[in-house]
Amino acid sequence: MSDLLDLDIAGASEALDARRVSSVELTAAYLDAMEAAAGLNCFVTPTPERALEMAEASDRRRARGESGALEGIPVGIKDLFCTCSIPTSAASRILAGFVPTYESTVTANLWRNGAVLLGKLNMDEFAMGSANVNSCHGPVENPWHRTGDGAGDRLVPGGSSGGSAAAVAARIALGATGTDTGGSIRQPGSFCGIVGMKPSYGRCSRWGIIAFASSLDQAGPLTRTVRDSAMMLGAMAGHDPGDSTSADIPVPDFEAALTGDVRGLRIGVPREYRVDGMPDEIEELWTRGRDLLAQAGAELVEISLPHTRYALPAYYIIAPAEASSNLARYDGVRYGLRAGGDEPDDMYENTRGQGFGEEVVRRVLIGTYVLSQGYYDAYYLKAQRVRALIRNDFDEAFGGVDAILTPTAPSDAFAIGEHEDDPIRMYLNDVFTVPSSLAGLPAISVPAGLSVRGLPLGLQLIGRMFDEETVFRVAGVLEQAAGFAHRPSGGA
Amino acid sequence: MSLDRETVRQTALLARIRLDEDRLERMVGELNGILAWIDQLNEVDTSSVAPLASVTGHALPTRADSVTDGNDAEAVLTNAPDRVGGYFAVPKVVE
Repeated sequence: MSDLLDLDIAGASEALDARRVSSVELTAAYLDAMEAAAGLNCFVTPTPERALEMAEASDRRRARGESGALEGIPVGIKDLFCTCSIPTSAASRILAGFVPTYESTVTANLWRNGAVLLGKLNMDEFAMGSANVNSCHGPVENPWHRTGDGAGDRLVPGGSSGGSAAAVAARIALGATGTDTGGSIRQPGSFCGIVGMKPSYGRCSRWGIIAFASSLDQAGPLTRTVRDSAMMLGAMAGHDPGDSTSADIPVPDFEAALTGDVRGLRIGVPREYRVDGMPDEIEELWTRGRDLLAQAGAELVEISLPHTRYALPAYYIIAPAEASSNLARYDGVRYGLRAGGDEPDDMYENTRGQGFGEEVVRRVLIGTYVLSQGYYDAYYLKAQRVRALIRNDFDEAFGGVDAILTPTAPSDAFAIGEHEDDPIRMYLNDVFTVPSSLAGLPAISVPAGLSVRGLPLGLQLIGRMFDEETVFRVAGVLEQAAGFAHRPSGGA
Repeated sequence: MSLDRETVRQTALLARIRLDEDRLERMVGELNGILAWIDQLNEVDTSSVAPLASVTGHALPTRADSVTDGNDAEAVLTNAPDRVGGYFAVPKVVE
């Protein structure tokens, strides 16, 4: 059955169309692979019965000649998306026992387009983290391993969508949803050697996605190829009156944007992304990406995004501030964990003290502090002003270029346990992804090479607001030219 | 700006998170590290810049003021850790 698992979404769709395989056969192959790779700890709630029911229903639809954009394709869902009657935890003890009575808009869109649910995927608690080590379900293991020294080390998949990225890389899901607030789709995409796409803010509805930082959170796909990413995003996106920030604009045919032609496009290379202490291999990968796009006929242009270095500290005010507000709802009254207490205040404090993990407590406290009386202007408004400057930098740059090329992350995957006692060191993982998040822009990570330790490295392409098409177009050419065909040693 | 132990204790109280003394001590160190790092924002002149709260450039939509959802108490209560009849139950409030 392993050849079935080798099909990407586009290939599996073709095989399903040609009746060479049924969705039930494909789904069963994935369920077997999931079980065999359970040690990676990707799936926190596998849903094999639901998967087979959905696959059977899909085969019946196909037999009737009805076929959605992802008809019969088995996918995994980050455990941040509410799924009706299936436990949804946000990887937090505080949501113990929570079973939503409603379905998120993005997952409802996927099911309407024929996708099949394999199960819910591990993540960092409330999507806060860059290594998937902050989970009440335990860490996720990256299916990749170092060559040579440290070959036996268990590596992180990145985060926060670490279960999603590891599952797709390990071939135990054909695609997976992720969410990205400051890099949580793109950085794990880079660490796991797959494609991770964060669309423009507003492209996908946030309704039914457990909130972290509402002005930043966006859903997107993790897939093996750029074409799969375009197909899956098309099936997730769309306007939704349930999310007032969801964009009321048509969803383009993203797959049609993959023309394979970047001749005449201008690609910006921001000089400020050459950060202190960046490893040579990241610089070399970036140079190679520039060369590949130039050979394909694009024009590479050096640009300046002067406020880049202030993006990360601004993000670590804005995101915790919004999180402290969003997470106020976990009070032990309406759902999830309740700890004892003689009075309501005791009960709230005990519930939240026991229910939230370390990183969540850290961010809720930072957020509470920067929003507290006397500090609001100095921190929160200051950060929002810096956010405006970062957005202006991009607006000016996009006056002269069509897309921007940068590295995705400043390193390859590190070992589980590394950097855990140093929050700021962990935050620096997102140094290249946070600026476009603050600006709301679409950005994708494409696997482009291997580090000296034999681990995948991604390059990031950033586009204009709501111009995912150009991002996909350039990403498709970069993917083809880079020819990344390496496979992880772990997984199916 | 540096946070003392009392300020962190007060912030945790505002956030309704019970921290034992060990955890509180650890947080004092970590939060001070993070805030010191954030302070580099003071290098940026933002005197002539308006704060950016929304990136879409779209105005918030309006709709007719009509009921579109609701009247489903059972679904709302189904995850309640404790309930009495059709209500959420909480510890007694003693005034």
